[in-house]
Amino acid sequence: MLKLSKLKEAVICLKAGKVTLPYPAAPEPVPSNFRGRPVFDPNLCIGCGGCANNCPAREILISDVCQEIRIIRYSGQRCSYCGRCADLCPEQAITMSGEFETATDNIQDLRQELEVFMGTCQRCGRCFKNENPLNDLILKGYRADDLETNRWVHTSRSFLGEGDFGDLKIELD
Amino acid sequence: MAMLNGLLSKAFKKSIWVYHANSGGCNGCDIEVLNVLTPYYDVERFGIKLVGSPRHADVMLCQGPASRPTAKALLRAYEAMPQPKLVFAIGSCACGGGIWYDTYNVIGAIDKIVPVNFYIPGCPPRPEAIVYGVAVALGVVDKKVAPVRFKQLEFPIARYHPQDLVEEDGMLVYSKMDHI
Repeated sequence: MLKLSKLKEAVICLKAGKVTLPYPAAPEPVPSNFRGRPVFDPNLCIGCGGCANNCPAREILISDVCQEIRIIRYSGQRCSYCGRCADLCPEQAITMSGEFETATDNIQDLRQELEVFMGTCQRCGRCFKNENPLNDLILKGYRADDLETNRWVHTSRSFLGEGDFGDLKIELD
Repeated sequence: MAMLNGLLSKAFKKSIWVYHANSGGCNGCDIEVLNVLTPYYDVERFGIKLVGSPRHADVMLCQGPASRPTAKALLRAYEAMPQPKLVFAIGSCACGGGIWYDTYNVIGAIDKIVPVNFYIPGCPPRPEAIVYGVAVALGVVDKKVAPVRFKQLEFPIARYHPQDLVEEDGMLVYSKMDHI
């Protein structure tokens, strides 16, 4: 009886066949609903900041370096790939890619950074998004003051400096 | 990276024995690490073997954030490992502290306590991702990720500078207006 049970066991084992996946040699497809590393599309992003507001890990940070440029930083190190940013994004600028091969020796490699030109509210000075892309063309962010040093104009009046212009009234745009 | 790879190929010629340290994770990454050892992702064909003591291990696989009660134990386990040693941070908790990175009992990422050589992010990472991380560490494949920065396109439009204003015939003329 003992030998018969061993034989049965052997049959079961042989039935299973080879189950080991050839992963490192051959690529392994991910399931369709798999959420991998989020990928940001800079052309679609309007800089609303919904992703930063709703990230559970506070992984997406938004900083307005000046009144015209908003920088969206995703550092990627404690991201749990929950996909809330992709769900919330009104423009579908964030997609959860199927990319899982993100092992690295430097954690800074996972960083993504977006730069978005924004309109400036004339009352409060904060960034806002224009209604259409044509309005973006008159934004100050699209103008570079000094192309060699790539210096940004941080405030509208910064280029006036300390000088005394007397009676001269300059109409600022 | 190339130097490190050369060092690794010299130091870890033979089978790698791994020690599995959880310092306060949720067991999700533990299950994925044990999944790697199952017949489906059989890493024992590469000579990777799980051992029970850090004194026998070459590589420590860390899961979970460094929490206040376990940070000391993690450091002791790291110091017990013989040289040369590698530390893998597996999962987003070990890589960056996880969702609860700023709670009272979480110190943060593993690399605040022990030096981490390789990071495998994911919550939890797929078993394939762990196998890939080990392959990156052994120098079999190159890493794929790189930091990305998107900058907006700049149109060089001349700005209005008051020093370019010149007085001609009692009128202020913007001298650069011709070039714009």
